Formats: sequence, C-alpha cells, structure tokens
Amino acid sequence: MAAVELEKERGRSAALAIAAVVFMVGIPLWWKTTETYRAWLPYAQIQELDNLQLVLNVEVEVVFSPGTLAPEQLKKFPFTSVREQEHHVDANTGLKYRYETKYRTATIMEVDALNQPTAQDADLSLHMLTESVCGSVVVYVIHESSTLLPKEVKAYVGHRRTALLRTPPGRESGSLKGFLAALDLEVKQVVETMSFSHQDILGALSDRVRLAKVSKENLADSLRAIKSSPGYEITFSLLNPDPKSHSLHWDIEGAVHSYIQPLLDKLAPVANFSVDSQILHYAMLGVNPRFDNNISAYVLSEESLAHVINPVEARLGSNAASSNPVLNFLLYIPDAHHSPLLIRDHNRKMVPSNAFHSPRWGGIMIYNVNDLYGNEAEFPVNININMAKVMGIFLAQLRLMLGIQQGNPPPGFMLQSAGNAGVADWELDRLLWSRSVENVATASTTISSLAQLLDQIGNIVINDNIAKQVSSAVTSLQAAVAELETGNLDFALQYSREAILASERAFFDPSLLHLLYFPDDQKFAIYIPLFLPMCVPIVLSLLKIVKELRQKRTEKQSKQD
Amino acid sequence: MQWQVTDVPMNTDNGDINSEEYTPIPKDQFQEELVIKPLHSGDIYASFQFRTIWDTDFSHGKKGMSHYRLFPKSLGQVISKFSVRELHISFTQGFWRTMQWGQPFIPAPPGAELWVWFQDSVTDIDSTWKELTNVLSGIFCASLNFIDSTNTVQPSASFKPLGLGNVTDHRFLRYATLPREIVCTENLTPWKKLLPCGSKAGLAVLLKSEKLFHSSYHSEAVHIRTVCKDWQCKSPAWELRQSLNVVFDLYTSGQGKKEWSLFKMFSRTLTEACPVASSSKVYVDVTDNPQGELFDLSPATTLYSQAVVLGDRRTYSVYDLTKPETFGTMRSLNPLLRWKADAGDMLRPLLHGERYVAGFGLQTGEIHTLIYNNHPYRAFPVLLLDTVPWYLRLYIHTLKVISKTRDNKPSYIHYQPSKDRVSSHLLEMLIQLPPHSVTEVTVQFERALLKWTEYTPDPNHGFYVGSSVISALVPSIVAMDTNNTQERPLFSSFFPCKEESSYFMRVYTEPLLVNLPTPDFSMPYNVICLTCTVVAVGYGSFYNLVTRTFQVEEPSPGLARRLANVIRRIRGVPPL
Repeated sequence: MAAVELEKERGRSAALAIAAVVFMVGIPLWWKTTETYRAWLPYAQIQELDNLQLVLNVEVEVVFSPGTLAPEQLKKFPFTSVREQEHHVDANTGLKYRYETKYRTATIMEVDALNQPTAQDADLSLHMLTESVCGSVVVYVIHESSTLLPKEVKAYVGHRRTALLRTPPGRESGSLKGFLAALDLEVKQVVETMSFSHQDILGALSDRVRLAKVSKENLADSLRAIKSSPGYEITFSLLNPDPKSHSLHWDIEGAVHSYIQPLLDKLAPVANFSVDSQILHYAMLGVNPRFDNNISAYVLSEESLAHVINPVEARLGSNAASSNPVLNFLLYIPDAHHSPLLIRDHNRKMVPSNAFHSPRWGGIMIYNVNDLYGNEAEFPVNININMAKVMGIFLAQLRLMLGIQQGNPPPGFMLQSAGNAGVADWELDRLLWSRSVENVATASTTISSLAQLLDQIGNIVINDNIAKQVSSAVTSLQAAVAELETGNLDFALQYSREAILASERAFFDPSLLHLLYFPDDQKFAIYIPLFLPMCVPIVLSLLKIVKELRQKRTEKQSKQD
Repeated sequence: MQWQVTDVPMNTDNGDINSEEYTPIPKDQFQEELVIKPLHSGDIYASFQFRTIWDTDFSHGKKGMSHYRLFPKSLGQVISKFSVRELHISFTQGFWRTMQWGQPFIPAPPGAELWVWFQDSVTDIDSTWKELTNVLSGIFCASLNFIDSTNTVQPSASFKPLGLGNVTDHRFLRYATLPREIVCTENLTPWKKLLPCGSKAGLAVLLKSEKLFHSSYHSEAVHIRTVCKDWQCKSPAWELRQSLNVVFDLYTSGQGKKEWSLFKMFSRTLTEACPVASSSKVYVDVTDNPQGELFDLSPATTLYSQAVVLGDRRTYSVYDLTKPETFGTMRSLNPLLRWKADAGDMLRPLLHGERYVAGFGLQTGEIHTLIYNNHPYRAFPVLLLDTVPWYLRLYIHTLKVISKTRDNKPSYIHYQPSKDRVSSHLLEMLIQLPPHSVTEVTVQFERALLKWTEYTPDPNHGFYVGSSVISALVPSIVAMDTNNTQERPLFSSFFPCKEESSYFMRVYTEPLLVNLPTPDFSMPYNVICLTCTVVAVGYGSFYNLVTRTFQVEEPSPGLARRLANVIRRIRGVPPL
C-alpha cells in the first residue's frame, strides 16, 4: 500500500514539475521570442511637453532723452521693472508674457543721434550706435514738443529694433506713478507692434488650440501664411497659353536677383529658400472669362477664381528633388483672343493689381499685353515683360504667404515701410516670435500624438533610430522653450526648427509602417495545434491534484471531528 | 480657404519695355521630328524624336540652373540634385524583331532600362542611385523603385557615355533593367508632359495612347547627355532627347490592304508645328522607291533629304511643318502611302542576336546566345553583356563560345560572380565574329530555391532574365559622317560616329522567362501544423510516461472461478 502511495506521490510531483517548467520557462520564452522590439521613449517628458506652458520673455529698454524727465523724478525712477501677463489658453496650454523693462537716460551719442532732423536719420544713426539683440526692443522717449515726428504721430517704428515715442501728456501735473502707468501703456503698444501681440501668438498656436478661441481675422492671417517648415521652394511660372501669337521674354534671373533675393537673404534664419522658374506653354485657365461690353474687356469675377487654377496645377509639377512646401507664383499672359483680362472683386470693382492669391499655395498675376501689339499685328509678337511691375506684386504676395503681415498699427503710430530689403528687423522679429511658437506647438503636438499612437498600438516596432529622433526632438523642444523663456529668440527658433525636423522624421519614419499585424484568428490557428495538446493534460492533472488535496482536507477534518 | 484678390498699391507708371527694343537670344532650342519608314514586312515604323538643347552649366551647383524655359524643370532638378552626367531611360512594350524590321534608330530592350553616368564629384554612388531611381519612378509613374542592388550592374565596356567627356571609370556607371515592366498610358502621359508644347501642338498631337498602344512595338525613351554647343565644341550644352518608336501592324488590321496614312495610324492629322520649335519635320523613307514603281506617296513633296543611317544611305521625302505651304489648302497634313507592288526581300541585318533557355527539369539549365554576323567577308568584334539574376547560379566553367564549330576564345572577359540576395551575375565578353557566321555562347546554370517571401506574385509565370546587350562597331558599306556637330536629322545623330568605315550598333536579344522550383504556398502553415502535431504527440506520450502511476494489480479471477466461488459460498466451503 505504501508503495502505491509513493508511486502516486511521484506522479503528482512529476505533473507539478512539468507544469512548473511550462509556466516558468516555456511561457516566458514564448513571450520573449514573439515580442516586438520597442525601444524606450521618454513618455514622462512627452507628457510634460503635452501640457505646454510657454513663457515669452521680451527685453525692453526705455531710454529717456534729456528734457523728458525732471532730475528729481529721475532719481526716484526704478531701474528695471518686470511686468507679467498670464493667459490661460486651454486645458493644457498656458501662455505667460514677461516684459523685462530697463529704464535709463540717453547717452551723449544717443542725444546727438536724436538731434537729427528727421526720424529716419535718427533711426539710422541710433542703429549705428548699438547692435540690438534679436527679439529686443529699444524705445526712445522723446520730448513732447520734438520736431522729429510730425504733429499727429505719437510713435514711430523704424527699420531696426528701435522706436521713438513721444512722452505721454500729463507729466508735469501727475505723480510719477501716474506718469509711469501712462508711459507703460504706450510702451506696451509699441512692443506689441514690434514683437508680438496675444492674437499673433494665438494664431501661431492654432494647431493645438481649438479655433473658436482665435479671432476670425487672425485666423485668416495665420491660415494664409504657409506652415512653418525648414525650407521652401519658390517657383515662378510664366504661363503662355498662346505661344503662336506671343513670344515672351522675361528676365526672371535678374528680377529674382534684384527683388526676391534680398528678402530671402534677410529671412535666411527662418528657413532655407530655393527659387526656380519655368515657362509653360499652352497652359490654360480653368474658367472661360466673360466679355463685358461696358469696358470692352474680359472679366473674371472673384467667385470664379477658385476654379481658375485646377487645370494649370497639374502641369506645374512638384519639386522632384525635395519635399519642402512649394509656393507658386504664376504670371498669366491671356491669349490674344481673350485680352485684356481683368479681375473684378465682390464689390464689382476692378482690382488694380490684377492679381490674386490663394492661402498657402501662392499667387497669380494676370498681365495683359494687348496694348503692345502695335498697328501691324504680326504674330507672334515679341514681348518683354516688365519685371518691376510683376515682382512688386509677387513680392507683396510672398510677404503675405510667409506671414510677414503689417498688422493694423494702433492710431498715431507711424511704421517705416520696408525698404529694398523687403523686411524690417522688427518685422523679422515678429515672424521669428510667431514661427518659434508655432514650431514648438507643432513639434509638441507631433511628438505627443506619436507617443500616444505608439502607446496604443502594441504591435508597432520602435527601433533605436526612432527613439533617438524622439529624444532629440524632446531635448530640442525643451531647449526651445527654455530659450523663449530667457528671450533668446534666435536660439529658440533654431532649437524649435531642430525639434520640428526630428519630430517629423520620427513620425514619418517608414519603419513605423512595418506594423506587425497578426490577426487574432490566425494567431489562434497557428497556436492551437501546439498549445491545446500541451495544455490540456497539464490543466487536467493540476485539476486532479487540487481535487485530491481538497478531498484529503475534508477527510482530515471529518476525522478530527 | 478661398481665393483672395491681392490688394497691393500699384505704382502707376507703366514702364513696359518696347517690344522691338530688346529680345534676348534664347539659350535653348527645341526640335521635333517624325520619321516614317515602311518596313518590308508590311508594318509601318514611326519614330518621333524631340530634342531640347540648353547651353547652361549644371555642374556649378544650383545657381546656373533654376530658370527653365524649354527644358523641363523636373528633369533639370534631377540632373542638378543627383549630379548626373548622362541619363538614359527607356520603357518598351513588345520586342523589336530585327530579322523582319531591320535596325531601329534607337534600340531598347523590352521592359524598362535605365543607365546613368554620374559626375566624379558624387561620393556615395549607390545611395544616390537608389534615390535617383525612386525620384524617376515618381516622375515616370513606373516601378523603377524596384531597382536595387540585385538588378544593378556596372558594365565595364558596353555602356560608354554617348555625350562629351571621355570617362572610362565604370564606378560612376549604373545599369539596370526591369524586363517585367509593363508600359502603358500612365508612362506616356508624364513623358508627354516633358515636351514644351505638351500634346497641344506640333508632332505630339499624334501621340494618342489609344492608337500608340494598339501596336506591335512601342518604346519611349528619354536620353540626357552633354553635347557640343557649336562646331568648334568649346563649351558643352545639355541635350534632352525624347524619342518614341512605334511599329504599327496596318497590314492585318487594314483588311490586308497595304496602305497607310497619318490619320490611319494615329487618328489625327498634323495642322501646325510647335510654335517654340526651331525645326519641325516629317520624314518618309522613300529609298526603295526611286522611280515610284513600288508605292505612291501623296501629297508629293519636292523636298528630299539624304542621310547616312546605320551604315546605309537613305533618301527621305521631307515635309517641313514650319512652312505654311506644307499644309496646303486643307490646312492639314496627312501623308498617304499606297503600295503598288510587293516589296522585295529585305537585306539580312548585318548583326543580329537570339537567346533561349535549354534543358529540362527544374534543377539545371543552359542559356544559349546566338550572334549572327551576316557580313559576307568582314569579321568584326562585338561586346556581349549578360546580366543574370543571382537565383540562376551560372557555372562559369561551362562557358563555351563556338563559331563555325570551332572554339572561339573571347579576347576579353569581365565576370562578376553574383552574391545571393545582393548582386547579380555580370558577364562581359569581347568576341570576334568571323564573316558570315553564327557564334553560339552557352553557359549552364542551376536554379536556386528562393525563400518563400522572395517569390513574386504569380511565380508560376516564371522569372524574367533581362536581355543580353550586343554592342558592336559594324563595318559600314558607305562612308559614315563623322562630323557630329553638323546639322543633321535627329534620327541619324544619336550615336556619335568616330570613324568613317564603321558605325556603332546595339542589339538587344529577347529577355528570358525561366521557371524556378515553386513551392506550394500554403506550405508554411502545413509545416507549422505538422510540427506542432509531432511535438504534441511526443510531448503527450512523454507526459503520460512521467506522470502515470504504476501499481501491481491483482489479476481478477476468471469467470469459471467466480462462479465456483459463488457455489462454494452457498455450500459454506471457503472459496478458492
């Protein structure tokens, strides 16, 4: 009897041992060998970035020219003040603007500069004196009765990063505090014009924030401007639908060199630009213009503009050599039977520029040549295109597309119009501010949605390259946020560009497409022939053992009773 | 977002330059040409060539070439981005039958062929090549992205640059063919888009896909190379040559009548030249018909042109589309040719090649390449290029070259063995062909077993092996024109000619279709099931053996004994 019991005991322990081997070795081994490789990602930091709290720091210097402040007032004047403004945009986006204002009196050189006859000269000579840091603003407070500015002008914003501000009234009568408050208000307006306003930043955040919060006008502005990207391709196309009657010549090389290149050189910190041009023959517009007897011209109404471009677009071609967004500028020469061709806006008025643009796509200008035919209309007519006229329009459209908007200056402000360079320093700063914020917002959204996606789908392989890209994007993002906080605008932009590049590279990495997708039914079909015959005896013998144990226990209990 | 009117203050001065004042000399020019050649078989061969010449400097970075006039922007960007010295790409549907049709102006193998010479400045050629093929597959809507290291080779002698520059370092050359590629409308549309006039004017209006693909042979190609700008050849210019060759079988489709017209072939007629073209001509080959006894060509033209093409002096009727009188009163040009008598037999082409696979079973086989030299008394050397994929393992020791039943030792052999799944075999040989002979090149191979993921869709169709390429300098009957810069018809100026006594010729053989041992593709699952069952059975008996408890059991008494015991119990006797 004891031998039988012993034999039974041995069988039981053998079954337990096999079960133990299967569960301790077999299942982990199976798990390990069928696991997909998933590199570690900094989820915590991504989570942190998803909850974006941006601090934008602007350094403002307020310089008092002599006579604007009495000496005793000057003594009591603070050297610096920090004004902060907090906005809660939505549940996980917060904005804080910090204006670090320094007050000082003008140096002798600056006084000299301010004694120039006109504001432009003063601006120029002030620029010679100091090299202003990217993103900073210097406001010179000049005497109320200064002749530097025309009477009705309250403030003047020059080409660089300086502004001239007339002292606000009520200096003598009011207290210093009241004066300071009035001055601060004016300075704030100047700074908002020269660096950024809340609306600009909201527009830049439109990727993250629900659009209802952004005002409609700003939305239009931010949608018109092409998305921030590390590079842009600018393509000028001359459309000649009628090469039989027009033989066209355009000196695009010279025009680009003298009109477009200075602007692009100035914008080099924002993105890389490449410019090319082509001539397309037999490129027709998609709409038949209607002839208007009153003005004896063909007319395109504003509503039909949307259909104009579709047939042309197929021929424009995309850039074979890069994947940057393309800005198209088309110069359309109407054929001899459809000229002159004019555009009429929704008020049924002729558009003087005869040009139109589409947000984030580019612009078209219609260039009528019918008055160049001369008397003896011998086709084809040789036509040289006046590039100055064309480039004026294209330059304006390019500025719109790139998001260098003039904005609406507050009343009493005089903004120096951009010179040959096409863009003033402070306009560039404005662009840098909104582009940095936009890049940071886009990159953080990209990274967090990538992290979310990878978290959700467990079958995607995350290789080391993607992990590297993600962590470099995260570090660049953190650096960009930190630089914005200290007010180093150019570094902030640089880091945010790196962040956006790395995040896009990670997001669009082709290796993520190799989704190892095994449908559950097929998995079962593969596993059942092996797992079913293996598991059934183990489970059955385990059940048996448990049953016996329980029986034994009840027996023992009944014995004790 | 909707379209918006641009609101910009205009400067009012209207300083348009007077049109007569200044017209710059264009740096590029465009020519178009169509050659129609009645073939002896009754088919019609139509060959379009469009040439754009642009004297610009691509090599100096992006600066020189970003403003395009006639040259297509997409190709220009490809040239400058990938530092291409020369690019030749062709898409062909059907096989050119040299024995019936003679020589084409621009030969091409069936499927897609791409060969590119890169500039010496390119450091990582393989990755550039990979990127280039991807970009080109996007431009031409073709599966060129399937070109990888397994079908790319670097021929050492067969593919020399056709343009300027005497590079011989074949490290900068890449050559690949996709014999399986099917050419259709989606390849023709982007090809037409590269033309300055598109398909709106000029000869390109004839290129309608419903007719072009209803043909025996269709081949479109793009060739980019550098050529001399002028006769002094001091500075180079870029040449883009787009060619389209098509052979129509009008004999069978036209109810056996031997006549053709432009309208019959293309269902279009010509009404104008492309306005930006500097020359636009239609040539009709009338060499065989000097007195008009063979066929009638109408409208008759007084313009004749003679050209030396492929070692033969040919006469052509020329229609110049830039002249309004060409179109006559109908304002359209529709040349019509009517055969009156049966054309005689065609002269056998001097050089001709064939290829086939011999052998039986799925283990080994033999590739036979036959090269014909039909010249009655001249021997000449040819370069034979063979690329064989790695899954046919060549036994190179079995290579035999036999002409006129005698062993013919190649004077130059360049062999690059394949690596499984990495590169293919490359075999290049310089063979001297005796006059009036057939040379047979044979080599045996073994078929490899592929991994089950490496089989193409429909593997029982077979696997293609690209055409062999035979390149030769063929002795010419007439003196060839060696002045390459002189104004000549486009069809006669594609291959540069270095000496008067011979001309360059390239012949492609048929591609091969080889069957590989193909497994049953449900096999993996069967294998899994079978293995699992075996494992499960083994495991089950093992488990049983280990966990079963063995105990000695008293044998149960038999039925007789049990009955006896019952009786004994009744009787009160102790049981047995």
